[in-house]
Amino acid sequence: MRVAVCMKQVPDTEARLRVHRDGSWIDEEDLAFVINESDEYALEEALRIAEKSGGEVVVISLGPERVKEALRKGLALGAARAIHLKDEAFLGGDALATGKALAAAIGKEEFDLVLTGSQSDDVGYGGTGSVVAGHLGWPHAWLVMGIEIEEGGAHAKVTREMESGLNEILRIALPAVFEVQAGINHPRYASLKGIMKAKRKPMAEPTLEELGLNPEGVGSAGSRIEVVSVAFPESGAGAEIIEGDPEEAAQVLVDKLRKEAKVL
Amino acid sequence: MKIWIVLEQKDGELHRMSREAIAAAQGLAAATGGGSVDAVLLGGGIATLAEKVAGGYALGSVRVADHPNLAAYTPGGYVAALSAAIAAAAPDWVVFPHTYQSVDYMARLAQGLGAGLLPEVTAFEEDAQGLLFSRPVLGGKLVAKVRVRGEGTMLLSVQSGAWAAESAQAGSGELVTLDGDLAAAKPDREILGVEEVGGEQVDLTKAEVIVAAGRGVGGADKMGVIEDLAAALGAEIAASRPVIDNGWLPRDRQIGSSGQTVAPKLYIAAGISGAIQHTVGMKGSAVVVAINKDPGAPIFSLSNYGIVGDLHEVLPALTKAIRRAKEL
Repeated sequence: MRVAVCMKQVPDTEARLRVHRDGSWIDEEDLAFVINESDEYALEEALRIAEKSGGEVVVISLGPERVKEALRKGLALGAARAIHLKDEAFLGGDALATGKALAAAIGKEEFDLVLTGSQSDDVGYGGTGSVVAGHLGWPHAWLVMGIEIEEGGAHAKVTREMESGLNEILRIALPAVFEVQAGINHPRYASLKGIMKAKRKPMAEPTLEELGLNPEGVGSAGSRIEVVSVAFPESGAGAEIIEGDPEEAAQVLVDKLRKEAKVL
Repeated sequence: MKIWIVLEQKDGELHRMSREAIAAAQGLAAATGGGSVDAVLLGGGIATLAEKVAGGYALGSVRVADHPNLAAYTPGGYVAALSAAIAAAAPDWVVFPHTYQSVDYMARLAQGLGAGLLPEVTAFEEDAQGLLFSRPVLGGKLVAKVRVRGEGTMLLSVQSGAWAAESAQAGSGELVTLDGDLAAAKPDREILGVEEVGGEQVDLTKAEVIVAAGRGVGGADKMGVIEDLAAALGAEIAASRPVIDNGWLPRDRQIGSSGQTVAPKLYIAAGISGAIQHTVGMKGSAVVVAINKDPGAPIFSLSNYGIVGDLHEVLPALTKAIRRAKEL
């Protein structure tokens, strides 16, 4: 099996975020970036499938120069090579524009399977993988919690998460795009040997022309939606914050829960 | 302005969020100077439901696609049925409830139609340049204002709870058949079955007090502070998704969109940031206490009381204070 994994690099969700001076997005200076959580699970799933079937994994990411760090981590974990869509024209796209560029890169080669996370932890459109599938004319499934490749590799048995604690078990023809949900597996850690080997693995940087794309059709220019500003939600009606050291705060809280809220 | 709503149903019952989508679409129509609001209902054997919807809400029409191909949801069937009808009628907006099912196929539908995609809208307002939509970003820590540009149909989904189902205007609409060849709307997969996750051995919905652990707890070996507090309170232990995914607690303890929905008297959220996927499962709680080291965590905005600090210091102190209070 040849498996492509689309990964996004996103701000560390644990990081303290600040809105940029111009208000248009968060301030990315000094911000830590990590591989999007569900994409990490997608990569682990791809590595397991390739190891079992004797194939290879190719990691693909769209983003600025810093994205190379995420791709290198993918290579250190076991991917054979990386593709970086780094032209400025690719950046700032919605799910449709980003999916179009990724699909062009994937369509240049022959893959049996494309895996990606179900949703990015930054903009969270949750549709990029399905757009890739649409361009390739392949079936897709979102929120995938299990993948079993059938003998012969023509079909996969897929577990898809539904609402209210139910899973749907599906049989889907390959090639296909599966958008993996966090928790499908336990991602491995990179070994020192893997990190050293990653340095020699190839990283391609295809241009717009090589992918047959127009700058107007991708990135921000090719998007139907535009984020004009971000702000912290108004928390006026929020919690009464109880100050003091842990002992004091705990005592005040217990008093309030007993006397004010009357729940203890 | 021509607005469509794609209603979600299962086994002949409307999804709870379908009514919220009707309310949102009616609001969008009013804000853009009137226009038509029509609903689409897909399924197999849904004649009774279709009549109920047509007799229940203020809609221009209810366009029904009732066919064995659509009896069970598949992206193949739904995208084919909707593509043909949307392409023919060219509505300005198609509103969906932001459910697991809608997200599964909306982007694909937009891609095939050459339409735009605006998922997870929580509100809209109008300024001099037109409509400005709100949607959560960065795990709900921030709200983005988004503008739509270009020409052609936009597909939009509305987040759970953003519009009140009760505000959907009652009335009636004409019952018509959705345009298109439904026999050609073939499922693109075989559905082998549906199973319950983890068997739901623990019913958290009956708990009066819940202590919920989040990623901030830091590890399976660090759950002791949660267990101690729960023991002091006689509470059930629950968790947000990352705790379950990391294997710190079994899946039947999960609260949120893919877990259980609870409404206890007291909900203590420790180390939970408050992503929408979690909060939809606990926002009905009578009293919410949040303990988090990040004062910007969204959980504080829907809590009654909050303590900003390290839960590994605050929870033991809280456990002690509760034990003291119970001895009085």
